Amino acid sequence: MSAPSSYTLHHPKWFRHRVSVFWWLQKRSYTVFVLRELTSVFVALFAAFTLWQIRSAAAGEEAYAGLMARLGTPAFVVLNVVALAFLLFHSITWFNLAPKAMAVRLGGKRVPDLVIAGSNYVAWLVLSAAVAFILLAL
Amino acid sequence: MSATVTLEVARYRPEQESEPTFQSYEVPLRNDWVVLDALNYAKDNLDGTLSYRWSCRMGVCGSCGMMVNGEPKLTCAAFLTDYLPGPIRVEPLRFFPVVRDLVVDISDFMSKLKKVKPWIVRRQERALSEGEYRQTPDQLDAYKQYSMCINCLLCYSACPIIGLEPSFIGPAAIALARRYDQDNRDQGAGERLDILSGHDGIWQCTFVGECSEACPKSVDPAGAIQQYKLTGAFDWFRTLLPWGER
Repeated sequence: MSAPSSYTLHHPKWFRHRVSVFWWLQKRSYTVFVLRELTSVFVALFAAFTLWQIRSAAAGEEAYAGLMARLGTPAFVVLNVVALAFLLFHSITWFNLAPKAMAVRLGGKRVPDLVIAGSNYVAWLVLSAAVAFILLAL
Repeated sequence: MSATVTLEVARYRPEQESEPTFQSYEVPLRNDWVVLDALNYAKDNLDGTLSYRWSCRMGVCGSCGMMVNGEPKLTCAAFLTDYLPGPIRVEPLRFFPVVRDLVVDISDFMSKLKKVKPWIVRRQERALSEGEYRQTPDQLDAYKQYSMCINCLLCYSACPIIGLEPSFIGPAAIALARRYDQDNRDQGAGERLDILSGHDGIWQCTFVGECSEACPKSVDPAGAIQQYKLTGAFDWFRTLLPWGER
């Protein structure tokens, strides 16, 4: 018996599009997504600011006054306003998306999206109030 | 003369051109016509060489997905009147290799789908004498949404990650994995999570969310993937605990 003949599976002549480097500019929702990803930089920045603030508060009144004076300069104010805008964008978009990730089922029924998102907002408000209280008390 | 609309249809004939070109067809504009009707008119009356897939023309078979004016759509549900004054651009589903005209090769998706075991996995099948597996309406409700997927692949064309990382298992396959995980008759969640927490699984997703926007059956694959991320993260934390499994 002769050896089985070898053959190549038929393969159609494909055409593949290349994805542009600027794919995220081609649709508004893609741009919003990339902006939302970018907000993480400002979240990190805000966290660093807070740590800096805590450190100088621990270092004494003089250090804290020095920090406050530096944060009061126009450059820092502009940076903080921009960071705040991105931070709000970050928090609001993520809280609105939270119900997608958290499919909580209670008593066999799925907890409504509004309750999941709402509880995130409430936790946000409570924590923000606590932080504000601590900072204002200093 | 009655109203017409222009279709700009992507043509790719591998035996005569190396990349797609556009061809315009002037088709009658009727209020009750969808893009698929217009393509059928063009094929029947203007150019019999035009190739595209379709079957049920009522949003069940999932064959007629194409890019309509740059958006992934079931052409059987995309009314011409929503795209006036035209021209209406019809292209093959994005991110898939084009075989001919509007026909794409979906074999890559088929192999990804199989990887996630989209069927009921049982460690031990129940004996026939024990009767059927019964489900309450609540148990059905837990997975029903994901079971509506028709594999039309609009979500793959909506997902930029698929374009950038073609090895990503992708929205529909993960939603279907979720469909079986959430089914109380199934026992394969662990096997699926092993696949899905790998390199090409859930962590490739950056939650653009466009898959769920594109889905014509409201399956919400984006939600399924994020829920998997939570499951995957908890599973990983459990392995860190001294009394954890594994």
